[in-house]
Amino acid sequence: MKEEALTQPGIGLAIVETQYYTFAREEPFETEGGVALSPVTLAYETYGALNASKTNAILVLHALTGDAHAAGWHEGDKSPGWWDNMIGPGKAFDTDRYFVICSNVLGGCRGSTGPSSINPRTGRRYALDFPLITVQDMVNAQRRLVDHLGIGRLLSVAGGSMGGMQALQWVATYPEKVRSVIPVATTATHSPQQIAFNEVGRQSIMADPNWNDGNYYDGEPPARGLSVARMIGHITYMSDISMGEKFGRRFKNSKPEFKFDPEFEVEGYLQYRGENFIKRFDPNSYLYITKAIDYFDLVNGQGLQEVLRGSGARFLVIAFKSDWLYPAHQSQEIARACKRAGVEATYAELNSTWGHDAFLIEVDEQSHLVRHFLKKVMASA
Amino acid sequence: MEGKNSLRLDQEAILDIVFPGATVLDLGCGRGELLAALVEKKGVKAQGIEIDDDAILECVALGLNVFHDDIDRGLAEYGDESFDFVILNQTFQQVKKPDEVLREALRVGRKVLVGFPNFAVWSTRFQLGIRGRTPVTPSLPYEWHDTPNLHFLSILDFVTYCRKNSMPIERAFYFTSKRKVLLLANFFADTALFVISGKSAP
Repeated sequence: MKEEALTQPGIGLAIVETQYYTFAREEPFETEGGVALSPVTLAYETYGALNASKTNAILVLHALTGDAHAAGWHEGDKSPGWWDNMIGPGKAFDTDRYFVICSNVLGGCRGSTGPSSINPRTGRRYALDFPLITVQDMVNAQRRLVDHLGIGRLLSVAGGSMGGMQALQWVATYPEKVRSVIPVATTATHSPQQIAFNEVGRQSIMADPNWNDGNYYDGEPPARGLSVARMIGHITYMSDISMGEKFGRRFKNSKPEFKFDPEFEVEGYLQYRGENFIKRFDPNSYLYITKAIDYFDLVNGQGLQEVLRGSGARFLVIAFKSDWLYPAHQSQEIARACKRAGVEATYAELNSTWGHDAFLIEVDEQSHLVRHFLKKVMASA
Repeated sequence: MEGKNSLRLDQEAILDIVFPGATVLDLGCGRGELLAALVEKKGVKAQGIEIDDDAILECVALGLNVFHDDIDRGLAEYGDESFDFVILNQTFQQVKKPDEVLREALRVGRKVLVGFPNFAVWSTRFQLGIRGRTPVTPSLPYEWHDTPNLHFLSILDFVTYCRKNSMPIERAFYFTSKRKVLLLANFFADTALFVISGKSAP
């Protein structure tokens, strides 16, 4: 079935490969916290072709546990990239028209430099010697990649959740580099509630004896701690309604057995998701990246409207009504800042019962908005 | 091209009033047909505000900037005189607090274009006064139980209101569904469109 899908035009991208760009070999990359990193590697993928005038490049930015593999299939994949339903020929980010780039964030564990990378000074993994990073640092690293690809100005920067924060940071830091911004299900400032959920996840990892102050790479990783962190995450990504629809109060084995084993389907799901997470995610990266988004705050100080004022970028802000992790009022705040700053913007609040996960699932209306928005931005060159 | 043909007479009038290159805020822009025509014919810098989920999608398909928001609370962020024109056409009677919305519109716009169905047109007088039924007319097409309209006003009501609140009416247009009305508008017109200047508003 997969083979069939690959050969049908307009269905999706075929086999794609992750590429790597290493920079800051001589001149180190300085983090916002003032630490020098050298060298830095970013894993990235591209889809579609850059046009001759280099005006059709879109940087897609991933969420907390995402990676560079946004679309298409890797050899042997069971499922395509994380935003494959949005990126491809004829899709919202139409690879017949646009050149789409996605990179794994700095601090990640999916090919980009992060705490699980080898520290060239010691020959061992960084672990907690890796500096604390920020969304700004992620974006600064992406800037190097975009320069490397020879792109002077991006047609758009787009992403959901943490990806949306990076998109906002892009226009805040490099306004001359972006023609449009698509922040989805995100916020301009991480709220206490959002920080609190992240802190519970971090504490769960750090409470696992295997964590060993981050030095677990030669032994057993803190899989239990990471698993609980992931379970909490998954709860916040769903909604009351979507959990009700997906699991109900159903038992895995039709009736209660009066044991503490996972009896309810929702328990089984969370445990399965939690336990499998260690296969693809480094617990230390989870600590660093959640911390980075907790630091994210474009509102304090001069205020978001001052950050956006005069940027010249056009905005498409999208929120989902059932998203309680990044509730619509946070997106409305971005939209209000656009009004105050006098920048051209569209704000749409989409109906969905999927909660925060909606930005990965709710394709139809999101695609409609993105497709038409990008067409307009492209035409207004 | 065909866009203009599908516009109503009051929308055509707005198209004539708005000068080329103006900044325009359409409050309750619906599916965006008027704003799209203004962009196409007058090259305006357009912004819409609309509360309906589906209408938002249509607006974006037309390439418009639109905020999914309630116009009863959607203007606070705009500075004084942010727009050359603020349009409140056929939505004025649907907002919860027309008083406040109009005042806000006059603050953020140099001129405000207010359009609404005239409740004192002869046909509503007849239906209510003679037949004893809640009027259903071309400009008030809804039944009593499914109307989005919250306020029912006449041309005379509005003119009196503007005078009382020192809102200078610059121009007024009156229409039936087919033509302009030049005489005894409060009796013959289905809809009205007023151009109000924000300048001397209190």
